[in-house]
Amino acid sequence: MTGSGRLPDAFLRPGSSSFADFLAQQAPELLPGRLPARASEGGTPLAPHATTIVALVFDGGVVMAGDRRATAGTMIASREIEKVFPADEFSAVGISGSAGIGVDLARLFQLELEHYEKIEGSLLSLDGKANRLGTLLRANLPLAMQGLVVVPLFAGYDLDRGIGRIFSYDPTGGRYEEHEHHGTGSGSIFARGALKKLWKPGLAAADAVRVAVEALYDAADDDSATGGPDPVRRIWPVVATVTSAGYRRVPDDELADVVTALVAARTEGGRLA
Amino acid sequence: MTMPFYVSPEQLMKDRADFARKGIARGRSVVVLAFEGGILFATENPSRALHKISEIYDRIAFAAVGKYNEFENLRVAGVRYADLRGYSYDRKDVTARGLANAYAQTLGTVFTTESKPLEVELVVAEVGATSAEDQIYRLSYDGSVADERGHVVMGGQAEQLAARLAEGWSEGLGLAAALRLATTTLGGVGTDGGLLAAGSERTIEPAQLEVAVLDRTRQRRAFRRLQGAALTAATAESTAGQTPSDTPSDTTTATDTTTEGQA
Repeated sequence: MTGSGRLPDAFLRPGSSSFADFLAQQAPELLPGRLPARASEGGTPLAPHATTIVALVFDGGVVMAGDRRATAGTMIASREIEKVFPADEFSAVGISGSAGIGVDLARLFQLELEHYEKIEGSLLSLDGKANRLGTLLRANLPLAMQGLVVVPLFAGYDLDRGIGRIFSYDPTGGRYEEHEHHGTGSGSIFARGALKKLWKPGLAAADAVRVAVEALYDAADDDSATGGPDPVRRIWPVVATVTSAGYRRVPDDELADVVTALVAARTEGGRLA
Repeated sequence: MTMPFYVSPEQLMKDRADFARKGIARGRSVVVLAFEGGILFATENPSRALHKISEIYDRIAFAAVGKYNEFENLRVAGVRYADLRGYSYDRKDVTARGLANAYAQTLGTVFTTESKPLEVELVVAEVGATSAEDQIYRLSYDGSVADERGHVVMGGQAEQLAARLAEGWSEGLGLAAALRLATTTLGGVGTDGGLLAAGSERTIEPAQLEVAVLDRTRQRRAFRRLQGAALTAATAESTAGQTPSDTPSDTTTATDTTTEGQA
């Protein structure tokens, strides 16, 4: 990176609108996942692991939610990590898997979209954004082979079609469109089970938020790596909705009400779950 | 074999400067002025796609006059510079000063070493938390940098228009008043490029204007284009004179500036 001297020629060269491509030429060491690959499989339990993310569509948008726990082996590495981010004004990205690489990947992805928008003066299509995330993810494949896997979930509002859409990924960068709802991460088996029963076509935004929180609650119930809502420390999941009005993070006091109502409903009749 | 004529360095630099100045004066002016809520950029530009004003980073914007291909190249370089810097360090570490320096070095090197200077003039502006922290840098074709206070006109009949703008400008203008001042200043030049007398300026249709603001109140990305219905409404409000809706924002401004003045 240059200090205050003249802009290097590469900056002035006409070419791609992709920040990741520019970074790969100018400062490849800054790309997430471009670390030298080693043969041993030592790093996995040391690196914090981020867990469950869910997303579901509702009438006029999509909601994404992630729990707040990161684990390192059997230890809780963080109680308040955030794993759901605004990718741009009309999309959200959640990460599960190796936390450090995942957070960096999300940051690069945000910048990639913003960079394109500033240079081209227009937004990428939702499919374009989803494909871009797949390409970025593929660069992490060597580390994924050693156990530092990142699996993002991408959801956004399609401005052309006027609906919310969800995309899931595999560690090789494969991109799959999901319908209705999806989840990734260690607790996703339980969360997806819950979503199957709770999701209905034509949900309203507030109901969708409730369903997302309940799915995470079920995941935390059975998966030790997923954190449930913490009323003592007042730590709630990160829940965001994306609609034609843009990305909106659901504020904590709204989530507190949702969680209180959920716990009350589940305590009824001594169900204790 | 013929001997090349001797050209003194003074003459060489003067020729290059004249060449660049002529190119820059050919186009329409861009007006940049600070107002209470941030920094306003305006120019007469019928194109919706080829911008003279654009976003560089969260709080930083760019305006240019001269040759489109040359300043577009510099703009893209600026976006790359800012994004790379913000990604390597932190978003807070991207400053207009750093970018202005990088541009100045680039323009200066091209001016002295290449066969043709860049026929461009730029403004790099950063909006701060208060109007006292706003920064406006003006960069010339030869790499010279000027740290401007409050207002800048560049391109076209820049000198004459700058004098008029300076007369009308005061600290703590509201958005409507600032937009009115900007459009009157731009209207000081006729369609043939000749200067019109003060008071008989031409009115410019909103569709012919490119207007953007760095809005101090916006959370992260402060840059916002005023176009379509929003611009029509804003210009209607500004041409209506001292409308009542103008007054509340002006009142808050007045108190703000007094407290700043005392500090």
